[in-house]
Amino acid sequence: MSRRVHRSLWVWLGAGLAFLYIPIISLVIFSFNSSKLVTVWAGFSTRWYGSLFHNEQILDAAGLSVRIGLISALLAVVLGTMMAVALARFGAFRGRAILSALSTAPLVMPEVITGLSLLLLFVALEQAIGWPAGRSAMTIIIAHTTFSMAYVAVVVQSRLAGMDPSIEEAALDLGARPGKVFFVITLPLISPALVSGFLLAFTLSLDDLVISSFVSGPGATTLPMVIYSKVRLGLSPEINALATLMVAIVGAGVVIAGIVMNRAEKARIRDEQMALAGDDLPATDPGSPA
Amino acid sequence: MSRGSQLPLGDRLAAGPRGITSALAQLPPLRLLLNALARLPLSGHHAVIGLPYLWLGLFFLVPFVIVLKISFADQLIAQPPYSSLVDLATEGYISLKLNIGNYTFLGSDPLYFNAYLKSVEIAFFSALICLVIGYPMAYAMARSDPAWRGVLLMLVVLPFWTSFLLRVYAWIGLLNNNGIINNVLIGLGLIQEPIVMMRTNFAVYVGIVYSYLPFMILPLYSTLEKMDLTLLEAAEDLGCRPLKAFFTITLPLSPPGVIAGFSLVFIPALGEFVIPDLLGGTETLMIGKVLWDEFFSNRAWPIASAVAIAMLSLVVVIMVAQKMLAKYAGAER
Repeated sequence: MSRRVHRSLWVWLGAGLAFLYIPIISLVIFSFNSSKLVTVWAGFSTRWYGSLFHNEQILDAAGLSVRIGLISALLAVVLGTMMAVALARFGAFRGRAILSALSTAPLVMPEVITGLSLLLLFVALEQAIGWPAGRSAMTIIIAHTTFSMAYVAVVVQSRLAGMDPSIEEAALDLGARPGKVFFVITLPLISPALVSGFLLAFTLSLDDLVISSFVSGPGATTLPMVIYSKVRLGLSPEINALATLMVAIVGAGVVIAGIVMNRAEKARIRDEQMALAGDDLPATDPGSPA
Repeated sequence: MSRGSQLPLGDRLAAGPRGITSALAQLPPLRLLLNALARLPLSGHHAVIGLPYLWLGLFFLVPFVIVLKISFADQLIAQPPYSSLVDLATEGYISLKLNIGNYTFLGSDPLYFNAYLKSVEIAFFSALICLVIGYPMAYAMARSDPAWRGVLLMLVVLPFWTSFLLRVYAWIGLLNNNGIINNVLIGLGLIQEPIVMMRTNFAVYVGIVYSYLPFMILPLYSTLEKMDLTLLEAAEDLGCRPLKAFFTITLPLSPPGVIAGFSLVFIPALGEFVIPDLLGGTETLMIGKVLWDEFFSNRAWPIASAVAIAMLSLVVVIMVAQKMLAKYAGAER
């Protein structure tokens, strides 16, 4: 239901959205500036995109970041889903309160603390058992999995909470083993949450500067670390070009994911309604002669 | 549950197909361990609970114990640059040496205390500004045509999906002395000299409010959208003016969203490093940046750990306060 609100509120909403988008739009516009002075317009050019694609340092870092993002997002989805299933479906078990606290704590932890504490853990582990030998992409993957699995758990848990448990119960009553029920019934139903959890974990990993800086070693320089070292020295038109590409990819990805998930959701609801309608059919004329 | 039909995990391990497993299992300590495991009724359930537990225990809980430990260590010029707390003394005694010097140092140098206070101040006022900007936005969204709500929601969330670092970078281009805002103002003839905005507290506020505004809008929106609008209609039917209806009905029903939004902005802003580092100047010393500098520039791991513990205690206090407030707000209704 919508209600009439004062016109000034719409102006406020529009201004607020403009505030959110003007910086991004300015990045995009000035990525096509031919001048090396980023904020002084000197004519249209795509030269910075050309030089971006010849910048080995940025390309290597982007490749590494994507690999770290994919692996850590995958691990985060597996571990986060396990955590969500345990919290949402297993009822009361010993240690549930601690697991529940552990599942939200990484969300509110300041990044500098997470980064510092994980680095100190890796150093202590290396001293004690010789693993991990030095810091590398692997230590970054572990760190990213640790904080993003909490985000996945939140997303999946809310999906599980909104799901009708009677289908799972029916399968259990019919003798399906819990593992089978999970893979055949629960997993397909929560798959939209798994997709958004994966995308969220991947984005968080791709974007993380602080934690990566703490736990990475020589040779493992991620994209945000390269961007940060360049940005500290001042504005760079290549970074504008990179930002534009990332905005384009993310924007397209989010819009496509939104449309696909919306369609899947509508199809699911339609199927459920059809199934319900189908159940009703014989009931309308019980015991009719064939 | 697959109990009964299968051997417990411990037995399966002990009766492993490979000879080496059974040979190893003969070793006394390992046999004890396997026997202990065999007595546990392990199953799929336990794996589902145990794996995340193990991961978060190892990579989330244990690290804090280590931070706490190192915050009591001495600074050493070594690799790693801190002393060990537990020493095997000559007579076989284990001596535990706690050095609270790092904490007294934090207390004695005004730099740390000022950074601490400044972080709280900046985080608090940023959250307040987000609330003032975000509430009317969330209100308009929640009262808009339902067909538009999804689009508006997407517009608010979308910036969050693009790189945080690059969005902060964008503000350098806008706020610089020869940046876009100054160029436009000079071009319009409104000012002669550029306004200094970069490397000031103002820039830090702009950066934080800009980055965390969506975190304020989302919980406010979901609270306002769930509101029972028939209450407002009833008030109107009884002759209540819209503004009065807002203050007597809508606003008192808002606290859950306000509390959630406020803490979602306040807590990350408190430990923020990127924004004060890129947009702030020497006057904006925030605790997250102090920790970073102690660690990376001074290699003072024990001091950095002590800063982390001090910051963590603040976060815990805020979390507890938020829980209590939320409970209070919930009980009010």
